[in-house]
Amino acid sequence: MRQAAFRSYAFHIAVIAALFLLQYVLPAYHIGTFTRIMVYAVLAIGYNILFGYTGLMSLGHAMFFAAGAYGAGLSVYWLGFGPIAALLAGVASAFVVSLLAGIVVLRVSGVAFLIVTLMLAQAAFLATLYFNTITLGDQGIVLSLRPIEMAGLSFALSDPSVKYNVALAAFAFALLFSLWLLRSPFGRILIAVRENEARTKLLGYNTFLYRFWALVISGTLSGLSGALYCLLFAYVGASFASLQYSTLPLLYTLLGGTGVTLGPLAGTAIMYYLIDISSSFTSSYMIIVGAALLVITLWFPEGIGGWVRRFLRRKPA
Amino acid sequence: MITGPALLLALMEGAVGAAVLALTALGLSLVFGVMRVINIAHGEFVMLGAIIVWWCSAELLGAHPALGFLLALVMAPVVVGLIAMAADWLVLRRINYDPERTIVATMGLLYVIQQSVLMTYGPDARPIEPPVYFRIQLPWFGYSGYKLIVIALALLLLGITWLILSKSRIGLYMRATRLDAETAQAFGVPVRRVYASVFALGAMLAAVSGVLIAPIQQAHYLMGADPLLLSFIVVIVGGLGNLRGTLLAAALIGIGEGMIAVLFSPTLAKMIATLLVALVLIARPGGLMRESAP
Repeated sequence: MRQAAFRSYAFHIAVIAALFLLQYVLPAYHIGTFTRIMVYAVLAIGYNILFGYTGLMSLGHAMFFAAGAYGAGLSVYWLGFGPIAALLAGVASAFVVSLLAGIVVLRVSGVAFLIVTLMLAQAAFLATLYFNTITLGDQGIVLSLRPIEMAGLSFALSDPSVKYNVALAAFAFALLFSLWLLRSPFGRILIAVRENEARTKLLGYNTFLYRFWALVISGTLSGLSGALYCLLFAYVGASFASLQYSTLPLLYTLLGGTGVTLGPLAGTAIMYYLIDISSSFTSSYMIIVGAALLVITLWFPEGIGGWVRRFLRRKPA
Repeated sequence: MITGPALLLALMEGAVGAAVLALTALGLSLVFGVMRVINIAHGEFVMLGAIIVWWCSAELLGAHPALGFLLALVMAPVVVGLIAMAADWLVLRRINYDPERTIVATMGLLYVIQQSVLMTYGPDARPIEPPVYFRIQLPWFGYSGYKLIVIALALLLLGITWLILSKSRIGLYMRATRLDAETAQAFGVPVRRVYASVFALGAMLAAVSGVLIAPIQQAHYLMGADPLLLSFIVVIVGGLGNLRGTLLAAALIGIGEGMIAVLFSPTLAKMIATLLVALVLIARPGGLMRESAP
């Protein structure tokens, strides 16, 4: 068991190390792309904790992403926060939003859960438009950020290599955190809730609390992704709360394989490049998202992760 | 200051919204009630209806706008119904109407339909001439006669749908399938064909409401989002799959939303309607599915 744990951590750390080395190999354009992929992968990792492991499919993660982005962006714009304080503010606001959302949405399950998360996220999107004196609505806010001061050194967030490494640090944190979480007793119970909630309840676990904390952790990680996106690309706007940011993490997770720790990264990277390539041919590039969703449901329900796992003939981690 | 005439105007606008919303939401509710399928692409069927009006009237330039409108009123349900049947046959049936997978699949359908329209019709919002021009002159303001026709047509179509469901053989099949698909099949109800026709009927109702609102709003490829959101709200508040509840909720929410939109702001109206769902859930946790239990 201990050896299996060691192998699992070693493998994930090797992936992170490979991503670190990638920045010395990749051309400049792809460094920018990978920065975005890693930020979105944090969102997808958050999504996977709720969907892949706890079995709750949400259509409202845009709300948490936007909570993080606005928490960071507004505190820079209105309160003059530095980047690190703004990041913490973003994560904190996503945490609070997840707590509140959890109280409401976990009253229902199954299909109703989906609709209610969609509704709340839509209300949040409308709120970003309605309170446009604060959020500047559709137009959004372009931020000017102070550099990060650390140990006597100064890192400008406009520097692509600083961006890449900040994104990598956050991604590494999210990946190892999710791995640790899912190997912990808490994570095992989440999987039990997914597989058979009635039985888990019968064994004496308060399944509501487990689903609640899974939602809060998932939402807060999504908020971390939103805050990072806002700070690294110095912009926050109402589009961050739109349906697209709820659909994409679902698609990334499904494509990568639900309930696989590295699935979100694989799904995000492949989908991001597919969208990126098709956007150079047509302005209707979101059609590729629709096509991917249909193809995955019809022919590829287990995703890349499930396929690789079957290939390796190993039982789930 | 909200005056009497302003209130009356808001009420009338709300009634128009409610009539169209009832059509759209009835379609969504029917599909959920019979098939247990949440159709995320429902709003796109509304959008297709509006786009078809534009194509029909653009083809008949020079002719009276009423001609194009009448043509669209026939064409839109036929075309959209066929698209829906194809979607049922090619996608939903293959995944055996599994709830979570159908949601992902209809979300895929949403993007495919929306982006195909963007590719062919373009990103512009285009105005559509109303088929008739007359104003009802009230003491305080004039009111578009077309909007009153919309209310009348919507009520007529709701009545026809009601008749189909309660009097015809296919309606009987649909109600039997809704109660218990397996038993219905055992009694010789062609459940697969019922599913295909319910999905088509739901889409046709959405398409017709798209035709009706096109001259009031404009035809745009992203216009499906609002009807989808509002019909979800109506279907939840009315009780998932409960048709009477859906109609009642559509009347209340449509009028309320329309009034707040006129008197205050459309964004605020949608926000309040959305948060209403959260309130309903807090008041009746778990009670939403009660009506829909087989």
